[in-house]
Amino acid sequence: MEFKTFVFYFLATILVYASLRVVTLRNPVHAALHLVLAFFSASGVWVLLQAEFLAIALVLVYVGAVMVLFLFVVMLLDINLDRLREGFWSYLPLGAIVALLMVAEMSLVLWVSYLDRVENDVPQAEATYSNVQAVGRLMFTEYVYPFELASVVLLVGIVAAVALTLRGKRKSKSVSPAEQVFVKAKDRVRVLKMTAEKRD
Amino acid sequence: MTLAEMQFVPPDLRLASAEIFMLAMACLILIVDLFVKDKRRTVTYVLTQLTLVGATVVTILMTTGQIVYTFSGMYVGDLMGDLLKVFLYITVMVVLFYSRGYVLDRPQMARGEYYTLTLFATLGMMVMISANHFLTIYIGIELLSLSLYAMVALNRDSVSATEAAMKYFVLGALASGLLLYGMSMIYGATGTLEISGLAERLFSGQANRTILGFGLVFLVSGIAFKLGVVPFHMWIPDVYHGAPTAVTLFIASAPKLAAFAIVMRLLVNGLLVASQDWQLMLLILSVLSMAVGNFAAIAQTNLKRMLAYSAISHMGFMLLGMVTGVVGGDARYALNAYSSSMFYILTYVLTSAGTFGMIMLLARAGFESDEISDFAGLNKRSPWFAAMMMMMMFSLAGIPFFVGFFAKFSVLQAVVAAGYLWLAIAAVFFSLVGAYYYLRVVKVMYFDPPVHTSRIEAPMDVKILMSANGLAVALLGVFPQTLMSLCALSLLRSL
Repeated sequence: MEFKTFVFYFLATILVYASLRVVTLRNPVHAALHLVLAFFSASGVWVLLQAEFLAIALVLVYVGAVMVLFLFVVMLLDINLDRLREGFWSYLPLGAIVALLMVAEMSLVLWVSYLDRVENDVPQAEATYSNVQAVGRLMFTEYVYPFELASVVLLVGIVAAVALTLRGKRKSKSVSPAEQVFVKAKDRVRVLKMTAEKRD
Repeated sequence: MTLAEMQFVPPDLRLASAEIFMLAMACLILIVDLFVKDKRRTVTYVLTQLTLVGATVVTILMTTGQIVYTFSGMYVGDLMGDLLKVFLYITVMVVLFYSRGYVLDRPQMARGEYYTLTLFATLGMMVMISANHFLTIYIGIELLSLSLYAMVALNRDSVSATEAAMKYFVLGALASGLLLYGMSMIYGATGTLEISGLAERLFSGQANRTILGFGLVFLVSGIAFKLGVVPFHMWIPDVYHGAPTAVTLFIASAPKLAAFAIVMRLLVNGLLVASQDWQLMLLILSVLSMAVGNFAAIAQTNLKRMLAYSAISHMGFMLLGMVTGVVGGDARYALNAYSSSMFYILTYVLTSAGTFGMIMLLARAGFESDEISDFAGLNKRSPWFAAMMMMMMFSLAGIPFFVGFFAKFSVLQAVVAAGYLWLAIAAVFFSLVGAYYYLRVVKVMYFDPPVHTSRIEAPMDVKILMSANGLAVALLGVFPQTLMSLCALSLLRSL
């Protein structure tokens, strides 16, 4: 076994383990930390595929920014863990059987005809090949249409977030002097006439 | 391919002018809306309608009638796309017309975001309709879905709307995951993401068929989620029921056109060689949808929920046409079958818009009018609208001489021509089951004593549009030939 293959399996094992822990851990903070580990291992796999720029971007953006924000949110929210996990163990046996069956079926289908004759035809790049240049060039030429649309998706995300959370100006307790001057007695006190009610 | 070999052809922006126009106007309206006072929100509404009119004009002017690619093969313009887009604009315009009063009565929704999100969702559907690349299809779907999730939750103080949005969001994310997984498998099998390139590679046999079939399962599951067919239909009743009726109307109409377009693009344009595989999958989905949709609808007392199950069964019926395109490697009937599906989806959208429009016509501030019993005695309150609603229900049930009958008839014709007699019999049987709950609504309207006695108040333009919608359902049933041949022509020029 080549060293590269060994590294791949090493990273892949950690990746699968970390992803499993993300969904099985009780503590959301621990789960988020395992997600960080998963991202990091995935970026390692990308480096093996000679996609250094994407690997670094993954670490910077996801591990550096998104996950930290995520951890903040998880820590700030007061989540009742026991209520969240209610029913988890009772659903686990059935869920595990279904998941295992699906994995087994999927691997059987592929094993029979694919893995036996997998060709090692991954193109090897030259030494001078620049990952950043290639990504940049493709993004603004061939992929400009989806690239622009992706920015529209982000814009919709912003619009949606504002629409769903902004509740207008917060009611301030300060009083406008102009309104104070013009106030009349009937604005302050309202006298209602009500019929007397019997006590029960 | 190295960087030096790469030849970049600058895109022909004119071909995508409708999309560019839509995006520019959506951003403009987003900014204009910031400076508009709440009382003058009509400005946003009028601008949105004008944008849709403008997009219709642009699309019709720019149509070439040929298959043209631009943006390095990411975008395809053809007659089918243009026809679907024009129908899309009209549908969204009608939706906004019907929703106007409903939205104004509910201050939570009467904000500019309702209109800008509608436009962004429309842009997403336009992208889906003219996508020629897996990436474009995926981004189009996300643009549409993200706008829809937010629109469902727009009435944020309503618990049911928030719950519906949450369900929609989680299941939608799952569906996107399935779709992406399928796409990546197909990429692994063929080495291309471009749909026309995919078809070429499959024809020349340069593809790993095992991996292709494997990816296809996930791809079809993802599409089935978006179409809402059994067993991927769980979100439909809850979202239709929980969302504000104005948003339900939107979800129940326009996105069906886009979903039809991606079925055509992905399965027919891209994977026709593998039609043996996906036709069988669609066949199962279709029969299950017709069975579950029609039987579950019987038990509903809420009209929105009933129409949700009816939507599931109608999507199943529409898929019948997609199932019967290629028989034993013979694509002789393909045009007929696919155009009958297209006709089905267009007329379904027309009828569905009218039915949800009627619910909103009867709704007032603080009263949703979405129970079937709310329609009791509608004939006494307004014989004209009761007649309109009756025509929509008859059309959905497939009773002769309404457009729904002709749509079902042409799909069944394609099914019989393809030699699936048992399938046609099953489809007719499930339609008969369906007729029960549509006719129940008619019975409630005509023979039950009215619960509410207030007069139906609606602006004149909505009344006129509703009448036009009802009459279109009736007239298209008598003269379906123009629309039918338009569908056939557009597919003939696009396949």
